Order: sequence, then structure tokens, then C-alpha cells
Amino acid sequence: MDCVVTGGNVKVLAKAIHSLSRIGDELYVEPQEDGLALRSVNSSRSAYACFLFAPLFFSRYTIPIGLAFRCKMAIKSVQAVFRSIATLEKTVEKCHIELDEQKNLLTFTLHCKHGLVKTHNLSFQDSESLQAVFDKDSYSNVFRSHPRLLVDTVVHFPPSLEEVTVSVSDDRMWVKNHVEDETDRSKAMLTELCLASDEFDHFSVQELRGLLVFAESTGLPISMYFDEPGSPVVLSVTDSVLEGNFVLATLSDDSNLRKNNTKRACTPPPPPDDFMNDDMDSYLIAMDTSVMPGPSASRPPSPPLTNSTSLKQTAAANHRTRLPSEEEDEEEEEAVDSSGPPNKKFCSLFFGSVRPPSSQMTTQPLTGQEVLASDSEDDVQ
Amino acid sequence: MPLSTQSQGDAEHYVLVASLDNARNLSNILKAITFKDHAIFSATPNGLKVTVEDSKCLQANAFIQSEIFQEYTIKEDSVGFQVNLTVLLDCLNIFGGSTAPGVSTALRMCYKGYGYPLTLFLEEGGVVTVCKINTEEPEEPVDFEFCSTNVTNKVILQSESLKEAFSELDMTSEVLQITMSPSQPYFRLSTFGNSGNAHYDYPKDSDMMELFKCTKTQTNRYKMSLLKPSTKALALSCKVSVRTDSRGFLSLQYLVRNDDGQICFVEYYCCPDEEVTED
Repeated sequence: MDCVVTGGNVKVLAKAIHSLSRIGDELYVEPQEDGLALRSVNSSRSAYACFLFAPLFFSRYTIPIGLAFRCKMAIKSVQAVFRSIATLEKTVEKCHIELDEQKNLLTFTLHCKHGLVKTHNLSFQDSESLQAVFDKDSYSNVFRSHPRLLVDTVVHFPPSLEEVTVSVSDDRMWVKNHVEDETDRSKAMLTELCLASDEFDHFSVQELRGLLVFAESTGLPISMYFDEPGSPVVLSVTDSVLEGNFVLATLSDDSNLRKNNTKRACTPPPPPDDFMNDDMDSYLIAMDTSVMPGPSASRPPSPPLTNSTSLKQTAAANHRTRLPSEEEDEEEEEAVDSSGPPNKKFCSLFFGSVRPPSSQMTTQPLTGQEVLASDSEDDVQ
Repeated sequence: MPLSTQSQGDAEHYVLVASLDNARNLSNILKAITFKDHAIFSATPNGLKVTVEDSKCLQANAFIQSEIFQEYTIKEDSVGFQVNLTVLLDCLNIFGGSTAPGVSTALRMCYKGYGYPLTLFLEEGGVVTVCKINTEEPEEPVDFEFCSTNVTNKVILQSESLKEAFSELDMTSEVLQITMSPSQPYFRLSTFGNSGNAHYDYPKDSDMMELFKCTKTQTNRYKMSLLKPSTKALALSCKVSVRTDSRGFLSLQYLVRNDDGQICFVEYYCCPDEEVTED
């Protein structure tokens, strides 16, 4: 593999890597015919991100012929190559990425001003393909906006906040955090924003920040695709030479899960989570294999899942279509939420072995090995 | 000046008196060598030299010539003592180290000789503080026997480019390897860390390279922990000279301009790490 990134694109590449680092600890690199895919997933498989850089993004793009090459490496090592974004902008003229298959090294060479050449030889491990299964087009809801809107929304919440609740009705969207009954009322703060344009979706806001930083710096609009609670929400930025998709798992309502047929035991609903702590363990307490009713929208169905412990998300048969909205008014109100959170069950993402029709973008469902979320109750991180 | 009139009577008793209108001209440069608590002060008619050492493998020297001082009187050929550098810096910054323009701490440093404390008179805005810091018998600084005749390779770089490299150095690497050569890669800094190795190459014709005199290819490794403190000196400097001698000993000399634009020097000597490889 031999690619060259020049000028301002070096900064874009660096920002993509930094935003992937918000998701997971490892960077999966896969040079494909349609571009270089950089992916990351978190340890509980509840958040996934993929950036695909088309060959046009590079001033030179040569990939190994024959057997597909995939590797993974510690994302911190790659971040070290692009440590200071501000300096990158000012000093780096081009970045050369080369693969030395014999020595198992991926070399990043930065050619900088004043003749300075920085060479980083990073070791990698061979890896399985990392692909999340999702189909943006089949989602019932799409929301597209300039990243500024989402950044302005997220900024109202404390940086330590793990989760937000997003509720959507025909013409409005609410974003709020949840305050536990036990929390000391004098210290609790409920923030609720109403954005104009009935479904409760909970999803993690930490990983979202990674995408927002990237999108804001590149000025690209963010599209948000979401569906029923439990279905992953997909945030996407696209331009002519790159596509980034962040897929975040959501917590579903209890009511949706009566239709479950599960092989894995569902433990009783987790205790209401405490927002001030890392509550990923409550996600893992009940792993579920809910099957949404109704056929998939015009998509090839997921392959015969002989292994019924895998998950599927398909659009509900009677979903309402939503128009993308770009409304910008926000209201912030402080209100005390007296009802407890809905009982949560967590549906993780399905990484499946779906072979796509060739016309699809490769960040869509693709070949890959099946990765199932564990139902362990261990702590994550 | 309130400080000088105050101790006029004692003037005959001091073997060393050095005054600065702006104490920062001393404290800033001392910060560049503060990696250990104790410093050896050595004053001669030429000026003040402050030495800090680490485990006999690293030595840093700060030179403040007599011309930098508003007053510099020395009654002996050489006056030496050892003090706690951290305490000294705390005293020099006793008024809070404000960096507001026009506001500075004036300093009068006085020493009566062996066994006496180092007396500092510090004044700012009409308020005078007197500090007396206990002195100790000065240790003999290590003589690295680094002399210009033994220098095999020398480069002078503008600090700006080296600052970037030093700030990005992979700290998981135990050593910093320096390669100097009359041919490619000319001047290379390398690290070997957890995730892989990294090389920073400066070509001899770079416009950051002010002088390039390499006679033979040499690669030497130095403990990262020893060289890391030199980053402070690098940060203050505008130029740095890097020299290695036939034994692989490293000399880094930094040209520092103080608040008033005057030039001072800071120098670091470092022994190579055990296995010295020479290509």
C-alpha cells in the first residue's frame, strides 16, 4: 500500500483519526478499491465509526493487489504521528503512508517545511474485518444539520455526561439528560433542549463529540439517521472524497422487547443508571436479541441467520416517514423529571456476514465476520 | 536605589555582590537548568556560572556574564558555594513573579564568603524583602573533558525546528538516538517506543541549519530521562549547537536572549548510554 496525502487533506486525515480515538483504542486500517477505510469500535461494541477516504482524497493511492490487506494498531500510536493539528496545518506539506508487509510496519512519513522529514514506523497486527451492519436508507427518521447545531446542543451538557435522551415527534426534537431520583436535588441539573422537528432514543454522547469535532472543522453537514429505540443511530458526514459514519447503539424501551425471542437469558432490568458514573455495565446487564416486526424495507434481508443469537434491525412495517429538518430554534428549560427512566434493554450492533449488492458503499453492510456482543456482566473499561 | 543604600555599610564584607534591575534575567535562565534541587554557584570576574548535575551523567551550566548585571563586584578570583536552587527560585519570585510590563523585581545578591548564607535583597514597588539562604560546601562539578579539538560533529540549528521535534518525542522510548553524518540522513533524532520507532531528519541544506560540520558518521544513544530537562533550555533559546566528540559525549549549547535582549548561554553535557554504536 502506498498513499500520499497532501496539503489541507493531511489535517482532515488527522482529525478523522482523532475523532476515531474517541470511539475505541484500536484503529482498523483497510485499503480498499474504493478508498482507504479507517474504523474503530468501542470495547462493548456499542459504538462504531468508519471513515472512508476515496482515492481522489489522495494525490497517490496504490493498494496491494490480490489478497485484501487489513490490519489494526493502537490508535494512540497513530495519533502520535499527527499530534498537534495546529502545527500540522502550518508545517506539513505531505504525508506518505506506506506498507512494509515483510516487516509488518506501516510507515507514516511527514514531509514538513524547512526540509524536516518525520518518519514513524508503526507496528500493526493482522486483523479481522470490522464492519457494522446498518442501512441508513431503511431508517424511518433522518435529520440533517450543520454541525454547529449539534455542537451548540451538546455544549449545554456537562462534558462528563454519558447519555442523552432524544425524543422526536412530528415537528420537534428534544434532547435532554436524565436525572435520577436519588441524586441530590440541590446538585442535580436537568437540561432540556427543544429543537423544532415518538420514539425515545437513548444514545451515548461521548462518542458523538468525536464526530462533531471532525464535522465542525471540515464544515460538513451531519446527517442523523435513526429509527426505533434499540436500533442503532447513524450519524454521517459526506463529501465528494470522504464519507464518515458513526454508528451508536441505543437503548430501547421495555415495551418493544416483548416481541423478543431470545436465546440468551434476559436478566431483570438493570437498576436505573447513574449518569455521573460510567454506566456501561448497565448496558451489558441485559443483552438482547429483539427482532423487530415487519419486513425490511426494499433491502436484501440479512442472510439466513442460522445462528439465532445475532441481532437484526429492520424498519418497523408501519414507520412514519420524517422529513429532514433543519430547524434551528432551541429552547432550554429546566424541568424536573419526575418519572424514572424507562426500563432499558440494550441491543448491540450486529456485525454480520452480509454480502452487499455491489452498488453499495462499503461502509454499508458488507462481508465480515460475525461479532456478537457478549452478555457478560463484566465492567467495561 | 533603595537596595544599594541599605547595605552600603556592609559592602566591604561581601566577596560577591551582583545586582539586577530585573530579577527575571536570572530566574528565567535558572529555570532552564532546574532538574535537581542543588546547584553549584561559581563566580569569577567574568560572571556567574551555575551548575546542576544528575548522577554524574548529565551536567547543565548556565552562564550569566558580568555585563548582564547592573552591578557586579567580586573580591576574589573565584567564589564558590552550593545552594538549594528551588529555594532560590522561590525567593526570586517572592513577589509573585508578575509579568506585567514595567513591573519587575529588583535583586541584589550578596555573599560574604565561606560559611555565610547567600543574602538576597528583593524589591518591588517599594517593598523590600531580605532572604538568606544557607549555603553548603560546593561539590566539584564533573569535568566531562569535552574539548573542541575532540569534536567530530557539530551542527547549529535554529531552535524553532528542534522545539517541535522535542515536544513530540515518544516518551515511551528509553533512549534518544542522535545520528550525525556527512551523508544522509545528516542529522537524525530517533526514538524507539512501544508503538514503533520514529525518526526526525534535518537535511544539511535546510534553512533551519545555520552550520553543518560533520566529519564522520556517528550514532549515539542517550537516556531520554537525562535529556528531557534540556527541553526547558531549548524553549528559551533561539539557537542551539549540537556537538559530539570522539567518545560519543554530547554537548548542547543554547543561546538565550533575556528580557532585555542580552545574550546568555546554557549548556548541557550528556554521557552516551552504555552501548555506543558507531557506524
